[in-house]
Order: sequence, then structure tokens, then C-alpha cells
Amino acid sequence: MIRLEKRPSPSRTVGMLTPVLAVLLTMVAGSVLFAILGKNPFLAIKTIFYDPILGEFAFYYRGQLLVKAGPLILIAIGLSLGFRAGIWNIGAEGQYIIGAICGAGVGLAFYPADFWFIFPLMVLAGAAGGILWAMIPAILKTRFNTNEILVSLLLVYVAEQILASMSLGLLRNPDGAGFPGSRNLKQYEAAANNELIVGTGVHWGVVAALIAVILAYVLLNRHMLGFQIRLTGESPRAARFAGVRPRLLVVFCLGASGGLAGLAGLFEVAGPAGQISIDFNVGYGFTAIIVAFLGRLHPVGILLAGLLMALTYIGGEAAQATLGLPAAAIQAFQGMLLFFLLAVDVLTNYRIRIGRMEAA
Amino acid sequence: MDLSSINPLVLIAALMVASTPILLAAIGELVVEKSGVLNLGVEGMMITGAICGFAVAVESGSPALGFVGAAVGGALLSLLFGVLTQYLLSNQVATGLALTLFGLGLSALMGQDYVGIKPPATGDVNFGPLADLPVLGIVLFRHDLMVYVSLAIVAGVWAFLKYSRAGLILRAVGESHDAAHALGYKVVHVRLAAIAFGGACAGLGGAYLSLIRVPQWTEGMTAGAGWIALAIVVFASWKPWRVLLGAYLFGGVTVLQLNLQAAGVAIPVEYLSMSPYIITILVLVIMSSNRGRAALAAPAALGRSFHASS
Repeated sequence: MIRLEKRPSPSRTVGMLTPVLAVLLTMVAGSVLFAILGKNPFLAIKTIFYDPILGEFAFYYRGQLLVKAGPLILIAIGLSLGFRAGIWNIGAEGQYIIGAICGAGVGLAFYPADFWFIFPLMVLAGAAGGILWAMIPAILKTRFNTNEILVSLLLVYVAEQILASMSLGLLRNPDGAGFPGSRNLKQYEAAANNELIVGTGVHWGVVAALIAVILAYVLLNRHMLGFQIRLTGESPRAARFAGVRPRLLVVFCLGASGGLAGLAGLFEVAGPAGQISIDFNVGYGFTAIIVAFLGRLHPVGILLAGLLMALTYIGGEAAQATLGLPAAAIQAFQGMLLFFLLAVDVLTNYRIRIGRMEAA
Repeated sequence: MDLSSINPLVLIAALMVASTPILLAAIGELVVEKSGVLNLGVEGMMITGAICGFAVAVESGSPALGFVGAAVGGALLSLLFGVLTQYLLSNQVATGLALTLFGLGLSALMGQDYVGIKPPATGDVNFGPLADLPVLGIVLFRHDLMVYVSLAIVAGVWAFLKYSRAGLILRAVGESHDAAHALGYKVVHVRLAAIAFGGACAGLGGAYLSLIRVPQWTEGMTAGAGWIALAIVVFASWKPWRVLLGAYLFGGVTVLQLNLQAAGVAIPVEYLSMSPYIITILVLVIMSSNRGRAALAAPAALGRSFHASS
């Protein structure tokens, strides 16, 4: 009979291997899914994972890779800090929306002036918007002990309504012939977040994501606060003896993740998306949860996981165009990845033993 | 603006219909949490139930079969969560989130061919002369069968947890899995059964949305109902009758804001639409600020993994 035996301490080697194993298992299960949908599974997997990087039209897709990976990494880095400490901010989607609205609002307030400080001001406003939106669950948690999972998630729906209200009302383009949606920030030079190097997809959001990876690495490995975050996650009781202030940690973790999500929203609205519109948010805030886990909550891991996840987005779009694979299939595929990841994670903490169970 | 057009009796009747999906999902989740498992995947199970029920009902032409299909679909999906958390000991919060993300994707995939179709209609139960009673007739006796089924499930869960031996075992597992294990109860089996029941209930709730309340299939149509169901369990301090109260309170807010929208109140539609979510948050805050009692009501082993070796 097969049984699990607890390891004395989690295995590091297995911990690094499990994400790879999960990706492979997802490819196998995904092939079955694609076959059920009547598509050639090998072709589908090749279209999703190989063609965007090395295929014939890769020059087009490579730029898209960083455009998609930027916000995912930025948000996931913030989320991972909280997840490590057992603080679950799952409302990054809402903070992303509010960050975009605040940042775009500041930019549009200056229209059509041309000052150098407009874009930096928008970045600050975007971060501030995300932080403030995340402070709602943080303060309710510290003051009233309210569950941050439910509050942060419910606020996503509130943020979506605010987004609808903004694109139909306050921020609507006055020259837009009554269509919903704001002015296009890409056509407003002082507020645009354009590609820094043409053809690579690198914009300020990608730069910010790289900086966030480095800062998070330093924070977790070299700073007292990072140590406290890790300690709280691994042993809350020990953390209290060590003098960790749990409330401060809640405010910091939610604030950091909210601020980074807000930044991601701002960079997206000023760059790739261009405008505030009703369907501005596309679920990066939720996919970033998968990215954070796929990267095993480690900054470098998240960097790689973000790139891989961006690849499934782009490859998914390619498969949609060439094979007629439905868009929802990729969403299911990404969900499957998280399942396999959590399933194989058992190997980090437990060993599989095959044999008879002896009496305890 | 014409508030006199809102008839309070019709409003009460409508709120029973509006709250039924959440009531079903919440009562299922209550049983799951009573067994010590926190399944955050209610939203994913609801939406999967919504499309399973819709597809089965459209293909077979029978709404009743649709509801059966929805319950089966929800339960199967929840067992995926069950296997991961109970046998592979994965983190319950993360796995619940995975269930929601996967459920949303899977349902969108399954539902592609069902967009824009009308499901077979579900008739109201015929109570004969009772339906013509003044006041009570319109409020209580003119609903479809599922409204009464949901009430029966609440009563059943209450009686099961309070009076039956199996209910006692379930609560024991939720309060202290180690003690229950030491007494010889199969902790994992009890929890799997509870998880499957929760999944079936969430599936029924989702199918109620797609087959009766809306009735149509659209992607992401549950729009947070599963999360509100989770909040209602906290609001109810894990007591079945208070789940009923919480769900009807929420249904009341939803119906009222819809009526206010229709009556043309001078508040923008978006702000009325967000009110149910804001009120849910406010209710959560009020419940949890009362620290001692709410904390005591939660099952002691909620969210903790069980492995016989530890």
C-alpha cells in the first residue's frame, strides 16, 4: 500500500523540481483536454509553448511576452509577500483597477498640457490608489478582525462597478462621440507609457517588475521585515515571541501588494491598454495568484513563472487564431496548472513509501 | 422617481427567489466548514453547476434532470478539492482559489455552445387554493419547487447537525480531528462526504441561477455569489437558521436595489449595483468586531490539514 511519511524538514531539491513536474503534468492533462475538443494535442502544445518563442512568427510574439509578463510579475511579487505570512490578498484585480483609474485620472486632469512631471505623478497616483484600496481590508482586519480574503475579493466587484461608472461618466472622452471609455493616453505624449526599446515590448511596467523582483529578494533575504514575514508564515506562535507585530505585518503586506497591483494597472492603462474602458481588466489580478504559487513565492521563481504564464496567454491567442482553440480552454489550462502544482507540492513535505503499514 | 410602484409583497416574494442560489451554496458550505474544511471554491462549484445544469436541462428538456446534473457536476468538482486537500494535504486556501479559477475556465469552455439559448421553463408548484390566499399566497405559495427544496435542505441540515449521531461525528471531526481520529472515526472520509455535499449544494445554487433566476447562460454569471455565500456562513456564526436569515437579508438588498434601479432613483446604476457587496462587507465587519463570540463559534479545526502521523 502507498502511504505518506512526513519529512523531518521540507526538501529543497524537490521544492525546486515540483513546479517543473507540475508544468509537465499540466501539458499531459492539457493534451487530453485539447484532444477532447477535437484538436491535435501535439500541435496545440507546440503552438502554445514553442511557436511564440522559436516559431516562424516569433518576432511578433516575443514583444508581447514581456507586455503580458510585466503586470503578472509585478502583482505576483506583491501577493507572494502576503501569502508567505499567511495574509491572503486575493483582491489584486480590484487594486489593479483602482490604480489604473487614479493614475489615468491624474494624467487626464492635465490634458492637454505637456510637462515632464505628468507621468511620474501618474505613477505615484496609481500606486497610491492601489494602496488605499488595499488598506480597506487591511484596516478592517486589524481593527475589527474581519477576514481579509472575503473583503478583498468582494471589493473587486465594487471596483468593477466604479470602473464602469468612470468610463461612462467622469473620465469619458468628451470628444468621443458619446462612446464609453476615456481619452487614449497613448496619443497623449506626456502621459503615455510607450515602449522603451522598439520591438521588445519593454515599457516602464516591465522595468518596475524587474525592480520589484530585486527589492523583494533583498527584503526577504537581507531585511528584518522579510525575516518576520517568513517567520510568521512558518510559525505564527514563534513569531509572536520574537516580537513580530502582526498588525503592522498585515498593513505592510496588503499595502505592498496593493501598491504593486495599482502600479501594474497604471502601466497597463497608460501603455498597452491605452484607455479606461468598461472591459479594461482582463484578470491579471487572479492569474497572478497562480504565478505567485508557480514561482513558489520566491522572487526569482515568480520572474520565471510570470514569463511562462505570459507564454500561455500568447500561445493561447495563437492557438485561438490558427487552431480555433476556444479562449476559455486556456483559462481552464491555467487553472489546471495551479491544481497540479498544489498536488505535487505534497512531495516537498512528505515522502511516498510503498509497503505495509506497521502498527504504530 | 416613483417608489409607490414597488409592491412590498411582490418584493418579499422576489427576495425569496433572489436569495435561493446563495442560500443553497451557503448551507452546503456550512456543512463543509462544520467538518473543519474551508473550501473557498464555492464560486467555481456554483458556476460549474450552473453550466452543467443548463446543459443537461437543454439537452434533456427537463429542468429536474438539469438540477440533478448540476448537483453531480458540483460534487465531482468539489471532490477534486477533496482529494487534493485530504489525501495530498495541500493548503486549503490555495486549493479553494484554484477550484474557483479552474471552475470559471471550465464552465466558460463547456458553455460556449449554450450562449443565447433559453432553457426549458420550470413551473411553479401548484398549491391550489393556498396560492389565492391574501398576502400569504403571493409570498409563500407561488414559487418553484427549488425554493421549497432549499428551505427543506436548511431544515434537514439543522436537524442533522443537532439531533443525529452522524451530525455529532461531523462536528467532532471539525472541532478536533485528532480526538475524532483517536476515537476511531475516519476523519478523511467524513470530510470528503461533507465536501461532496457542499459541492452538490453549490451546484444546485448555480443551476438555480442559470435555469430559473436569470434564466440563461452567460460566462461568469455567478458574479461573486459564491463569495457572498462564504461571507454569509461567517455572518451566521455557523448556524443553519442564521444562514437562512443572512441569505434572505442579502436577497432583500439585491431585489431592493434592482427595484430602485427600475424606479429610476437619482443614484447612478453602478452605485446601486455595488451595494450588495458593500453591505456584505459591512455585515462581516459587524459580525467579526464582536470578537469573542464569533471566534468561539468557528469550528476549532477549520482550515487545518489532517495527517494521521502528526
